[in-house]
Amino acid sequence: MTTADDLTIRPSSEALLKAPAPPKRRNMGQLIRWILLFAGGILMVMPLAYMISTSLKWPWEVYEIGLIPEEPTIENYTYVLEDGRFFSWFINSTVIAAITTISALFFDSLVGYTLCKFRFRGRYIVFIAILSTLMIPTEMLVIPWYMMSQSLGWLDTYWGIMFPGLMTAFGVFLMKQFFETVPDDFLEAARIDGLNELQIWWQVAMPMVRPALAALAIFIFLGNWTAFLWPLIVTTSPELYTLPVGLSSFGDEADVAWELIMTGAAISTLPTLIFFLIFQRFIIRGVVMAGLKG
Amino acid sequence: MSTPAPAAGGLTIMQKRTLWAWGFLSVPILFYVVIRFYPTGNAMVLSFQEWNLLGERTWAGLENYRVLLWDPVFWQVFRNTFMYLLLGTPISLVLAFFVAYHLDQVRFMHGTIRALYFVPFMTSAVAMAWVWRWFYQDVPIGLFNNALASIGIPQIDFLDSTTNALPSILAPAIWAGLGFQIIIFMAGLRAIPRSFYEAAKIDGVSTWTVLWEITLPLLRPTIVFVVVLSSIGFLRIFDHVFNMTSANPGGPLNTTKPLVLMIYQTAFDSYDMGYAAAQTVILFLILLVVSLIQLRLLRDR
Repeated sequence: MTTADDLTIRPSSEALLKAPAPPKRRNMGQLIRWILLFAGGILMVMPLAYMISTSLKWPWEVYEIGLIPEEPTIENYTYVLEDGRFFSWFINSTVIAAITTISALFFDSLVGYTLCKFRFRGRYIVFIAILSTLMIPTEMLVIPWYMMSQSLGWLDTYWGIMFPGLMTAFGVFLMKQFFETVPDDFLEAARIDGLNELQIWWQVAMPMVRPALAALAIFIFLGNWTAFLWPLIVTTSPELYTLPVGLSSFGDEADVAWELIMTGAAISTLPTLIFFLIFQRFIIRGVVMAGLKG
Repeated sequence: MSTPAPAAGGLTIMQKRTLWAWGFLSVPILFYVVIRFYPTGNAMVLSFQEWNLLGERTWAGLENYRVLLWDPVFWQVFRNTFMYLLLGTPISLVLAFFVAYHLDQVRFMHGTIRALYFVPFMTSAVAMAWVWRWFYQDVPIGLFNNALASIGIPQIDFLDSTTNALPSILAPAIWAGLGFQIIIFMAGLRAIPRSFYEAAKIDGVSTWTVLWEITLPLLRPTIVFVVVLSSIGFLRIFDHVFNMTSANPGGPLNTTKPLVLMIYQTAFDSYDMGYAAAQTVILFLILLVVSLIQLRLLRDR
């Protein structure tokens, strides 16, 4: 069992700069390698750069190839946000992603903990049963979910968008793995101190798997923030759209104002990008943790 | 905890703990039964029925599957779906490995370069479908054709051509997933013990031999993981296709339509729920078979 720290991809770049320099004769090769990689990286972010640049352009400049707007303006943002639709989609996406993330974190870790730290008959069957749902594609479930929502009046409600995501099998698996790093002695000591099982889980075990919880939170939030198929199916009134569904609805409109579309795309992308820039190292470690465990 | 001690209420500590465990699991078990297992069964049953969402569900036996097998659109869609897989997975795998392998040996601005490659993974497919859709427009709107025009190359018909549309949609899908695969590959490369490389260096083995004899074989678990995950992703492609061809979902003459889009249209445009359910069962079987084959081919050798 590797610990979370073993999985860090790289020490910080500062530390790497202090590492011994590669042998001299390979410097030319290293330089070419570096330039190619850097150029590739710039190419990778070009679509995003153009999205942001266009969202800052006046309509007359939109089709210019130049990346830097001649007269940058936030007019498009004001226009799009004053229109109100994007604002409510933004709120919808945020609320829905936040609630599903909290719920999934709570239940995934509770189930993962129970399956890891309790010995009882049927434990293995429950674990396998939950894990087996990973093989069922969402696409197969959306039709029954739709029928269920229709008969229960969940269509076109927040609850209808959220209910499938309240728990995730992947999270259960990930958390079960991580609770194995929590020594049983700690739990036993808490038990002797008179804590009940719920308190032991919440007060003793949960704080010890914080990195895993953070990684899982990022994954679940990002997944819900960008989710498209189910919100598209379950919502019909534009006020209830999430950002991806709202943005997608422009596809029907004949006359596309590209600078406004790019502004909308930026509004649904910038929050996750800013979040990434702040928590970069953390997120990448989370990807590695989840990737290697999953 | 093998010594059952009698406790208050007549329950042993073990029994009490078991009660706690089932208490913790009660709500989740209810959730998995109602929201995952029941719908799975329901979809399978529905695939043998006819239903238009309003009338009665009537039994149809294998009719939906029979219709599907004789539906030329289904075979077109089947081909498209595998085109996404057969183009997407190898291209992204090679690109991701290439970048990860070299990035692993770069120190200067390592974190920044890594971030540049990773950033597209943090975007929403719908937003990026619009960005790329704009890139692909004709002169004077689209960025690519404008750039081509400025150096005197005739414009390319990206999204409305039967041959170009599928690769044009695939490109942003590969682009968006590349960063994730690079990170996973780099983690895999880091996990290879340095001592292997040091031993090879002492023996004076060439870089190529090291790559083929040490790095790639030891990287097998990572490769399996990336291949399976990316195959599942490409077989389930939907967001990009739906949003880049939304004026005409599925592209010119259905040449970009993947299975998930066909399912969506059958269920929520035509309300042919039984037929759509049969398609979802086929998707499930394809995903299952492809994953099993890959796990077998790549793992036990």
